[in-house]
Amino acid sequence: MCTMIVEKVNIEGSGKGTTGWFKLEGANVSFDHPFHAPFEHALNIDFVNESQGTSARVAVELSEDAARELVRTILAVLDQAEAGGHLSMSDSIARSA
Amino acid sequence: MTQTDQYEGLMAETVMMTGANGDWINAYLARPLGAGPFPALVLAHHMPGWDEWYKRTTLKFALHGYVTITPNLYFRAGHGTSEDVAAKVRGEGGIPDDQAVGDLAGAMQYVRALPYSNGKVGVFGTCSGGRHAYLAACRAPGFDAIVDCWGGRVLMMPDQLNEKSPVSPLDYTKELNCPILGIFGNEDKNPTPEQVDQHEAELKKHGKNYEFHRYDGAGHGFFYDHAPAYRQAQAVDGWQKVFAFLEKHLRPQRF
Repeated sequence: MCTMIVEKVNIEGSGKGTTGWFKLEGANVSFDHPFHAPFEHALNIDFVNESQGTSARVAVELSEDAARELVRTILAVLDQAEAGGHLSMSDSIARSA
Repeated sequence: MTQTDQYEGLMAETVMMTGANGDWINAYLARPLGAGPFPALVLAHHMPGWDEWYKRTTLKFALHGYVTITPNLYFRAGHGTSEDVAAKVRGEGGIPDDQAVGDLAGAMQYVRALPYSNGKVGVFGTCSGGRHAYLAACRAPGFDAIVDCWGGRVLMMPDQLNEKSPVSPLDYTKELNCPILGIFGNEDKNPTPEQVDQHEAELKKHGKNYEFHRYDGAGHGFFYDHAPAYRQAQAVDGWQKVFAFLEKHLRPQRF
């Protein structure tokens, strides 16, 4: 690694990888060398389930601007969902599933 | 280089070798065909892993007459595509320095023992591999030359040290016992030109045999011909410097 800047977070959800959908257990967020994006460093997010092997991974590599805009957009969408009373509904569906 | 009327051949394959802590790991080995004796190189792959660029570079050195071995420093992270494995290692914050040094030392012992070795072994690395190569050259006795291409985090601040990297590689400089070639881009952010200055000052302070080349118009990874970082003119000159250095120190009978 060159920057070694990485944070791990446990998450719930599903991701679609090269072999189809799989259950997500975590996300690794780093600012380090990307594999594909044409930048020296990128904001990389690997959505993973390590118990299913290294290929259980959904990867994105974003520019700094794109990453910040994505964060703002995610929060804006969640705010809208909360204002519409949808978050509690989603939570209750998840709990009953 | 081979003349056009000469026979040449290469052999390349995956081999198993003993790495750090006696672990059995795999490696990519390429060698010129023939009885030799040939000088040898150990390659420390970069953060993106044991990937195609490193396997092509293993072949490139073999084409130039070096028995070349590239251990899979991410072997313990599991198996899959090199990107998936490297992404896992990236998520874990890299590999322990001690483990990398042990794997590179194991690779050195492997190639030195081959019957067609001339006994000289160098170590080459780029990016995090440049850093690992430097650590290995300082800490594992027996390397005859080191090429550090834009190794980042050779100079580490105290707040950057952690369990996997407990000591700044620069602090081992006194223990370096072989000539070093450094190749750097002046637009690199890791290492910055100022950090390269500090590295050079430390080598000078300890009276080491060093040769640093710094390129304008180039940043991090300017040898990577598959990436936007590639800088053709600087890379061509840099490779010439690499081979001149290795020939001088690993195949001295030609001088």
